[in-house]
Amino acid sequence: MNKAKVATVWLDGCSGCHMSVLDIDEVLIDVLHKADIVYGPLVDAQEFPEGVDVTLTEGAVSSQHDYKLIQQIRKRTKLLIALGDCAVTGNVPSMRNTIPTKRLLERAYVEGADIHQRAPSDGVPALLRHAVPVQEIVKVDLHLPGCPPKPALIAFALTELLAGRKPDLTNPSVAGLVKFG
Amino acid sequence: MPQKISLRIDGELIHTAAGQSILDAAKAHNKFIPALCHMKGLSSVGACRLCIVEVAGVGRLLPACTTPVQDGMSVTTQSDKLRRYRRIALELLFAERNHVCAVCVSNGFCELQGLAKRLGVTNVRYPYTYPKVPIDLTHPRYTADQNRCILCSRCVRVCAEVEGAHVWEISGRGVGSRLVCELNRSWGESTNCTSCGKCVQSCPTGAIAEKGFAVEEMSKRTDPISRLATLRAAGSDNKPGVIL
Ligand code: SF4
Ligand code: SF4
Ligand code: SF4
Ligand code: FES
Repeated sequence: MNKAKVATVWLDGCSGCHMSVLDIDEVLIDVLHKADIVYGPLVDAQEFPEGVDVTLTEGAVSSQHDYKLIQQIRKRTKLLIALGDCAVTGNVPSMRNTIPTKRLLERAYVEGADIHQRAPSDGVPALLRHAVPVQEIVKVDLHLPGCPPKPALIAFALTELLAGRKPDLTNPSVAGLVKFG
Repeated sequence: MPQKISLRIDGELIHTAAGQSILDAAKAHNKFIPALCHMKGLSSVGACRLCIVEVAGVGRLLPACTTPVQDGMSVTTQSDKLRRYRRIALELLFAERNHVCAVCVSNGFCELQGLAKRLGVTNVRYPYTYPKVPIDLTHPRYTADQNRCILCSRCVRVCAEVEGAHVWEISGRGVGSRLVCELNRSWGESTNCTSCGKCVQSCPTGAIAEKGFAVEEMSKRTDPISRLATLRAAGSDNKPGVIL
C-alpha cells in the first residue's frame, strides 16, 4: 500500500498547535503506519514537496515568506487544513493589525530595546500589512479551531482522512471539542 | 386578563397570552432560538438578528424578540435557511471587531463564543475588518473594550431601564457605531455612573468587564438583574444604586 504524504507547516504561531499534534500520543503511531511526514518543523526537508495529500497549517499568514509559502503549499497539496485559531481567525498574531507595521517595529525593536535599537531587515521577511487567517489567501478545506486545538480533535481528523473520509466535525464524538475562538 | 391566543411553533399548537414575543413564547415551550441582544427584563430592540424566524405568509424573516405573537400565526424556528442566515449574522459580528478569544477575559464564558460553538461555526468566511476602536480603562472598577463589543445595547438598556443612570449610548451609524459614555466622556469622568456593575454583568461578551479579572476569568450573571427588572415591572419598590 502506498503511504499517504502528510506535511505540517508553522507560519505565524507559537508552535502550540504542533505540540497538540504530538499530544495525540499513540494515535501518532497509527498515523505513521499509514503516512509519511514529508515536510514541517518535525522533519528535515528544505523544500515543500510536490504531491502532498494533507497539510496541517499552524499560524496566521503574516510575512512575505508566509504569503509565498502558503500559495506554494496550496498548489502542491490536495487537502489543506487550517490548524488552530491563528490559522483559522488570525488570533494573537492579528492583534498587531490595528497598528501600522512601521510603528509596530519601532515600538518593539527601538523603544523596547536597551541595545541595538534597530528594526531587523537583513535575512528576515517583510511583514504584511495584516496578519490574516489562511483562508484569506488560499482555499482551506477544513478548519480545526482551538488555541490550541484539542489533540482528540486532531486525532479524529487525521484518522478519518487516512481512512479516506472527510472529517465531519458535527459528529457527536468530537462536536464538543470544537471550540470556536 | 390578557387575551388568550393560539399559534403554532414548529407545528406544535401553543396557547399563550397576547402581547408576548415569539421568542418568549418559544422559550416557554422549550424551543431554542439563538439570541444575543435580548435579555430577560429589558426592552427588546432587535439589534443582533440572531433570533430570526420564519412566519407563514410573511415574505421576510422576522426577529422573534420584537415580533409579538398573533392568533393563528405559524412560526418556524429551525430550517436550513434560518441556520444559514443566523450563521452569516454571527460571522459578521466577529468580522466587525477584533475578537481574540485566546486572550479575552470572557473566554469560555462568552455568549457570542458560546453561540458560535452551538451553531457550528468553525471559521468566519468574511474578511476581518480590524477596526481601531477605543478601550476605556478610566473607571476605577470596570473596563470597556470595544474590540469585543457587538453593539447589542444591553449595557445601554440595563443602565437606563433598570439602574436609571443613562450612562451609555450608541453613537454613529453602521460599522462606525461606537459605545459612548455620557456625550462622549471617559467612563471615569462619568457623573451618572453609580458603579452598580449592571452593565458589566449584562454585557454578553468581554467588552465590559471588571478590573482584576484575567484571561478566562470573567463569568457573568444576568439572572439577578432580570429578577430585579421583573420585580420593578410588577411595581415593587426598588432603589437605584443596588450593587450586585
Ligand atoms: S468577547 Fe467573546 S468572542 Fe470576543 S474575544 Fe472575548 S471570548 Fe472571544
Ligand atoms: S456601572 Fe451601573 S450606573 Fe455605571 S454605567 Fe454600568 S450600569 Fe450604568
Ligand atoms: S459593551 Fe457589551 S453590552 Fe454594551 S453594546 Fe457592547 S457587547 Fe453589548
Ligand atoms: S435577540 Fe432578537 S435581534 Fe437580537
